[in-house]
Amino acid sequence: MRITVNVNGEDRTREVEPRHLLVRFLRDDLELTGTHWGCDTSNCGTCVVLMDGEPVKSCTVLAVMAAGHEIRTVEDLADGERLDPVQQGFIERHGLQCGFCTPGMMLTGRALLDRNPDPSEQEIREAISGQLCRCTGYLNIVRSIQWAARKEAEDARAEAAETAGSQA
Amino acid sequence: MQVPASFDYERARSVDEALELLRRHGEEARVVAGGHSLLPMMKLRLAGPEVLIDINDLTELDHIDLVGDELRVGALTRHRALLESESVGRYFPIVHDAERVIADPPVRNRGTIGGSLCQADPSEDLSAVCGALHARAVIRGAEGERVVSMADFHQGPYETAVGVGEMLVEVRIPVLPGAGSAYEKVERKAGDWAVAAAGVALTLREGRIADAGVGLAAVGAGALNLHAVQTLMNGSEPSEALYEEAGRVASANCSPVTDSRGSEDYKRHLAGELTRRALRRAVARAARSTAREA
Ligand code: FES
Ligand code: FES
Repeated sequence: MRITVNVNGEDRTREVEPRHLLVRFLRDDLELTGTHWGCDTSNCGTCVVLMDGEPVKSCTVLAVMAAGHEIRTVEDLADGERLDPVQQGFIERHGLQCGFCTPGMMLTGRALLDRNPDPSEQEIREAISGQLCRCTGYLNIVRSIQWAARKEAEDARAEAAETAGSQA
Repeated sequence: MQVPASFDYERARSVDEALELLRRHGEEARVVAGGHSLLPMMKLRLAGPEVLIDINDLTELDHIDLVGDELRVGALTRHRALLESESVGRYFPIVHDAERVIADPPVRNRGTIGGSLCQADPSEDLSAVCGALHARAVIRGAEGERVVSMADFHQGPYETAVGVGEMLVEVRIPVLPGAGSAYEKVERKAGDWAVAAAGVALTLREGRIADAGVGLAAVGAGALNLHAVQTLMNGSEPSEALYEEAGRVASANCSPVTDSRGSEDYKRHLAGELTRRALRRAVARAARSTAREA
């Protein structure tokens, strides 16, 4: 079947078999290997990507089902050289060790902050509860997302102050 | 890598088109919505449909509406929407209890109520919840719609009343005055299937229990409506002695089997204890809604 999926803002068209999984489509066909692939049974969450803005496990979505939808992968988080605050948070708060779970964790963090810019610790833990980290014990992942939330709030305040200043 | 066997894929643009496709392909076709029950089974080659009919575009099946004295939930309503629905939480706290412990957020973003019920896995939570709530399922086919009780909908493990050329389109849950409900689940780890779980729904009328519904998950087939417990509860005044007896009867009236999640004895014990806990909370919630409505 010929399908077109909007991946990271760009329409990508490929010929695929209906049984082709979205994770394979991203990794093998589009060579976007930032999306990882682990258990293959919708348990570990390392394959999480955003589908129309919300986290889904791409090992349990058929590529054909994603046709006509918007998929966002970790490759799209940074804006050129400028890291997304969530990525910056993972650096500042040591949110990764081996990095295997990290793309999915960061995308879930991004989706959470887009909906809820000031999540509680409990809300962050709940949001990442479908994703396993084999290394960090989660504490630093939570702190990384908290760092990003604070950073975005500060940036927004600074920007508001600047606009107010320029109007005066 | 796990890959399903080959199949053809069709994306339905309307319920009528989905029904037409189901008719045309007969036994070999399966409906796919969230896919979080079906795709894992297809990867393990436990299911091998020749045609998948994708109903994700049928937004007419994605709704939660209060119509008269029932809540009508479209089959394509995602777990997440149920969890975020204020009216679902107000009328049926049991649904929110259950949704918080069904799988995890990315899975709840995809999985649907219709998919959960049609999978008819005796360990699945929403089936027990809908059983306890005396929900009814609306099945549509070429001849029109028929409405069946949950007890008739579930015909056995992985078997439902949905026939060839038909599909589940809606779930209807009665909204009753003075209602309270609760779900209690024990799982080995967050997001896992239940070791055992119990759902209770009831109303309080002049201090006595009415409309009792008790549904158990993961303790064998046929536990979605435990008539023995329901009969015991209806007309009784809530008391610790009643809860005790209800738990005893629930535990005697289920058929768990030993597996990697626990022994038969342990699950039987849980069936009793979780029924007691759910009952206690359902009564407390019913008392609160009675007070609110007064
Ligand atoms: S690879 Fe998809 S959940 Fe583990
Ligand atoms: S950093 Fe290793 S799995 Fe999370």
